[in-house]
Amino acid sequence: MRGLGQGSGAALRALEVDPRLVGMLGALLAIWLGFDLLSGGAFLTPRNLWNLSVQTASIAVMACGMVLVIVTRNIDLSVGAILGVTGMVIGVLQARLLPELLGLEHPATWLIAVLAAVLVGGAIGLLQGALIAWLAIPSFIVTLGGLLVWRGAAWWVTQGQTVAPMDGRFRMLGGGIEGAIGATASWILGGLACAAILAALLASRRRRLRFGFPVRPLWAEATVAILAVGAVLGTVAVANAYPLPAGIARRVIEEAGGTWVPGTFIPHGLAVPVLVAIGVGIVITVLALRTRFGRAVFAIGGNPEAAELSGINTRRTIMLVFGLMGALCGVAACIATARLNAATNAAGSLDELYVIAAAVIGGTSLAGGAGTIAGAMLGALVMQSLQSGMVLLGVDAPMQNIVVGLVLVLAVWLDTVYRGRMR
Amino acid sequence: MTPLVEMSDIHLAFGGIKAVDGASLDLHEGEVVGLLGHNGAGKSTLIKVLSGAYRADSGDIRVRGEPAHIHSPRDARRYGIETIYQTLALADNLDAAANIFLGRELLTAWGTLDDAAMEAATRQVMGRLNPHFRRFKEPVRALSGGQRQSVAIARAIHFDARILIMDEPTAALGPAETRQVGELVKQLKAQGIGIFLISHDIHDVFDLADRISVMKNGRLVGTARVADITKDEALGMIILGKCPPGAIPGPGAMN
Repeated sequence: MRGLGQGSGAALRALEVDPRLVGMLGALLAIWLGFDLLSGGAFLTPRNLWNLSVQTASIAVMACGMVLVIVTRNIDLSVGAILGVTGMVIGVLQARLLPELLGLEHPATWLIAVLAAVLVGGAIGLLQGALIAWLAIPSFIVTLGGLLVWRGAAWWVTQGQTVAPMDGRFRMLGGGIEGAIGATASWILGGLACAAILAALLASRRRRLRFGFPVRPLWAEATVAILAVGAVLGTVAVANAYPLPAGIARRVIEEAGGTWVPGTFIPHGLAVPVLVAIGVGIVITVLALRTRFGRAVFAIGGNPEAAELSGINTRRTIMLVFGLMGALCGVAACIATARLNAATNAAGSLDELYVIAAAVIGGTSLAGGAGTIAGAMLGALVMQSLQSGMVLLGVDAPMQNIVVGLVLVLAVWLDTVYRGRMR
Repeated sequence: MTPLVEMSDIHLAFGGIKAVDGASLDLHEGEVVGLLGHNGAGKSTLIKVLSGAYRADSGDIRVRGEPAHIHSPRDARRYGIETIYQTLALADNLDAAANIFLGRELLTAWGTLDDAAMEAATRQVMGRLNPHFRRFKEPVRALSGGQRQSVAIARAIHFDARILIMDEPTAALGPAETRQVGELVKQLKAQGIGIFLISHDIHDVFDLADRISVMKNGRLVGTARVADITKDEALGMIILGKCPPGAIPGPGAMN
């Protein structure tokens, strides 16, 4: 047993993959298989997995920003409220202001709305970040105040009225039937992603060889490549196995000038909000690992004094991290508002807790200095899987909360044990 | 000859406490100046003014005779001043290369971090300082005290420092590693680098330094060539503030 453990440990080291990430994938798989068994095969269906991915998107987007916030030894409790207020602002913008200025369903409406969300969210984040960085008010307090202020502001925008409907193109950001890119585009995108993964692996290997550094053995390199490509193509295959409902499929075919044959299979393909979330994840990962800014963020988390003495502008960095967090709340607000096809002042309530939980389940240390974007996004998926699975099994809402709460504590305990062993 | 560094009449108070009270120091090329004094004598504070961590209330700093404006660690580095802090000032969660290049990372043509180039440079400089060092991929948290020290030293010498500040460089080291640091000091000195050596250990300082300056209660007791005074006289300066005949007395000397 021990020999086996050491053997698999050596294999993991050769693969240079994060063992924690492997553990999370294992946990996710166990949750999925468990729910599938308990629900008699209703969980692992293309339909359920597709919906699961769409439901995860908004939390996953915010979790990316939360990782950076927590890495700098801060916290942001205001993300749900920022989502709420930005959602209201863009709701009023596209349902009331822009139709008067540009006309209803103008092609630029969605773009203006998205830009406005990112700008409003980013500005709120920068403001909070400035208070934290320059006035040295603890982030817990600033964002706790922010939670109340922005939730109140969300109500204020329309005196509590719900705003609907949203612009047609904007609604694609929320997924749903029109918010998927179809089978062909999904395969093309999947193919491009695979090509990019292979090119990146090859480039990094060449680079290391040129400097004469040790590289992964070829079998390990091939395993990583196969797993990554397999994951991408598998995701596309699942999304393409989920058909549009008959009524919609009929409309699509008739609009294209064809004749409807009952039983025609038109796949959804990948959902737009999922693509947005994956895109955000990639951008933030690059930012965290491959830029000076990201290096500064992790250095501040590891040792703020050392970062300062190295000439890093720590205050500016922290302010920008909160600005980025706010901008991502704006992106999440677009997804949430588009999905609901309405802006309500309660949107995003309690999201701060889910976002923080996703980051922490994903291995982000509350002590700062450690965390990965991929882990946080997986954490968001784990939480959403638990919730969707329990809904599928007919578990009541209070019990769902109890389970999610217990899982959060359990996950952090396991992580603490793991870290303790690593020392 | 113009001194490499000249600090004159530096004052710095925290609240009502005068941490540094009219201290002056100088340092020439290829010279090691030991800065001695009890805990709280003001030596670390004085040196942090030079490294940009603190800003003096008043006083002048000249580098190669030109007035220097040092308001931050970044400014100090522009004048070729590098510091090895007593706490080492390492980010424990980052690896050796990330620490050595912290705040001045090498970038690719795309503006992204050039980790391979930084690792190559790190392997080179660490090969010189600590040939047995192999743990390039691990966070410095996992390294031994001596290894961490060599990372901190590598960071200071990699960027063509002209002036090096070493704050208690051997406090956490064993005898073999202490000897290694001593060798390194001699080697750097031969390259014309000026070194301020802050230490509790009077033996270390007498072995390595050309001159010593002694501080007491934020004031300079005096400065002397190590050849002109004995260790007992130096101890008298540290403990009593008594300036021996071989030394040039400062404002803090007992009358």
